[in-house]
Amino acid sequence: MKIIVCVKVVPDTASRLKVAADGKQIVETDLTWIISPYDEIAIEEGLKLREKHAGEVILLSVGPERVVAGLRNGLAMGADAAHQIWDPAFESLDAAGRATVLAAAIRHLGGADLVLCGHQGAGEDDAQTAGLLAGALDLPSVSMAIKLDVEGTAVVVEREVEGGIEVWDATLPAVITTQKGLNTPRYAGLKGIMAAKKKPMGVMDAAALGLSADALRARTERRSMAPPADRPPVQLIQGDPKAQAKELIRLLHEEAKVI
Amino acid sequence: MANIILTFAEIRAGALRRPSLEAVSEARRLADGASGRVVSVLVGDANETAVKTLGSHGADKVIRFGAADLASYSSESYARAVAKAVASEAASAVLIAYTAMGKDLAPRVAFLTGGGLVSDCSSFEQTDGRLVAKRAQYSGKMISTFAWTTRLQIATLRPNVFALGAPLADRACEVVPAEIDGAARARVREFRAKEGGKKELAEAQVIVSGGRGLKAAEHYKLVEDLGNALGAALGASRAIVDDGWVSHSFQVGQTGKTVSPTLYIACGISGAIQHLAGMSSSRVIVAINKDPEAPIFKIANYGIVGDLFEILPALTAEATRHLASRR
Ligand SMILES: Cc1cc2nc3c(=O)[nH]c(=O)nc-3n(C[C@H](O)[C@H](O)[C@H](O)COP(=O)(O)OP(=O)(O)OC[C@H]3O[C@@H](n4cnc5c(N)ncnc54)[C@H](O)[C@@H]3O)c2cc1C
Ligand SMILES: Nc1ncnc2c1ncn2[C@@H]1O[C@H](COP(=O)(O)O)[C@@H](O)[C@H]1O
Repeated sequence: MKIIVCVKVVPDTASRLKVAADGKQIVETDLTWIISPYDEIAIEEGLKLREKHAGEVILLSVGPERVVAGLRNGLAMGADAAHQIWDPAFESLDAAGRATVLAAAIRHLGGADLVLCGHQGAGEDDAQTAGLLAGALDLPSVSMAIKLDVEGTAVVVEREVEGGIEVWDATLPAVITTQKGLNTPRYAGLKGIMAAKKKPMGVMDAAALGLSADALRARTERRSMAPPADRPPVQLIQGDPKAQAKELIRLLHEEAKVI
Repeated sequence: MANIILTFAEIRAGALRRPSLEAVSEARRLADGASGRVVSVLVGDANETAVKTLGSHGADKVIRFGAADLASYSSESYARAVAKAVASEAASAVLIAYTAMGKDLAPRVAFLTGGGLVSDCSSFEQTDGRLVAKRAQYSGKMISTFAWTTRLQIATLRPNVFALGAPLADRACEVVPAEIDGAARARVREFRAKEGGKKELAEAQVIVSGGRGLKAAEHYKLVEDLGNALGAALGASRAIVDDGWVSHSFQVGQTGKTVSPTLYIACGISGAIQHLAGMSSSRVIVAINKDPEAPIFKIANYGIVGDLFEILPALTAEATRHLASRR
């Protein structure tokens, strides 16, 4: 089974963020970059499927130099090979552009039986690259899997939706996105880290993928970005528990008008 | 050219879901501001109330796709239906609720139509029918504004943020049947409903959440009791999900649910940035915590510094009394 995992490298989710001088993006220097948590789950799922069905797990990441460390980390977890996909022409890709690039890269690698993605990349939280990618590859897709079983080319996926669980039937090849609860990603041990140094790391650019600027034109543009307005200071309620309870209910009813 | 705003009407068990009604209401407001029309796309088996409700909340037209193989949801076939309606109506915008279904559907609609997609929007401004959307990014640490470079503007709308319009029972609404190839290589086979009566977190008006301050799994009952008294949905911090006190479906935060209720009550939750990521856009936040320095107080509107084992029972009793007096 040939499994391709798309890995987005994102600012550590605990980072303090600053808005850049252009007022449109975050300052990207001095940040710690990590594999987006859902993509770590995707790598883990790929490794588990490989353990069960044999095959290979290949990682792809679109991004500048910083994604290489993320890919190495994925290799240390146990993936077989990785490719950094980068070109100055990819500087301001939106989700549609990223999907176009990833689709071209997957075709370039001869396709896959299963493409795994996170359901959203932590940070930008676009939650759309995988669906667009499935479209571009003309593959079926199931999103936000919390359980995944593969038998031959038949796939059964469970996903949580409002009010319950959906059970899906799908056929391979397919694009499937991960949700928390699917698995617990393993840590890369020292042995894994050593082994990762010898694993193949490819590089692809726009020319290798035959991509023109026109195909990558952004469909959406971020015009501004700012931290949310401060919330008003907290109003602390005094007294014994009974008095506090009474006063809180009064305030919620009379002042905030929410109950 | 007239502005045609399309909305996707999500149906579960025959009924229209509230977030889709919020989308129709917003579409109506936008259309009214640009002398436009609202067209809702309904796929699968919907009851008559669903169709009527779309009309009374602002749809001028409902396009109803109803083949046998559309009964169960599939991203592929449903996206084909929406894309077909986009083309036949020459729509300028598509509004889809950011629910599990909408989140799955919208990118495939974007692929088929070539339109840009902005996810999880919480407000729109409009100039000559061109939209600018606001949305949270970086776990709510940033609020961004987005515009579209494509003519077609596709947006998903955060549930519980857009107000429902006042229904007008006698608004004219034309219902048009339509057909589409329902073939799909991935589709829902079965739906297993959650144990009875549990309220859906992402769409609840009131949420009571508990954290590690509860000390032990059996004390989550204190949160349940207050939740029941207020008719609230129940949430949790990741700490107690990881400890197995409640299932992951309760988790609020960056790796759990994003919620925007009118009232969020955090009990014994410290307010880690990853938890705030999921609830900081709640309208009113109440924090109950014994540590006055807990970060949750920085975003709370009302706070009680104290022992939740004393406060929660008192609050449950008071809430029960208050709501009984109003019946
Ligand atoms: C990548 C990543 C993703 C994460 N995603 C999430 C997420 O989605 N959601 C989430 O919630 N967390 C998430 N976390 C975890 C988060 O960082 C915190 O660890 C977690 O939110 C803490 O949960 P807590 O507030 O219940 O526990 P604690 O931080 O231990 O806080 C317990 C609180 O209870 C108070 N308390 C104790 N006893 C009492 C009492 N008797 N009465 C009143 N108060 C009392 C204490 O003062 C304390 O403030 C994530 C972390 C990472 C690294
Ligand atoms: N730059 C990227 N490189 C590789 N994969 C990506 C990239 N951006 C997004 N993805 C994949 O698409 C998923 C959804 O991301 P997004 O649509 O950006 O929220 C991620 O979890 C990844 O699996």
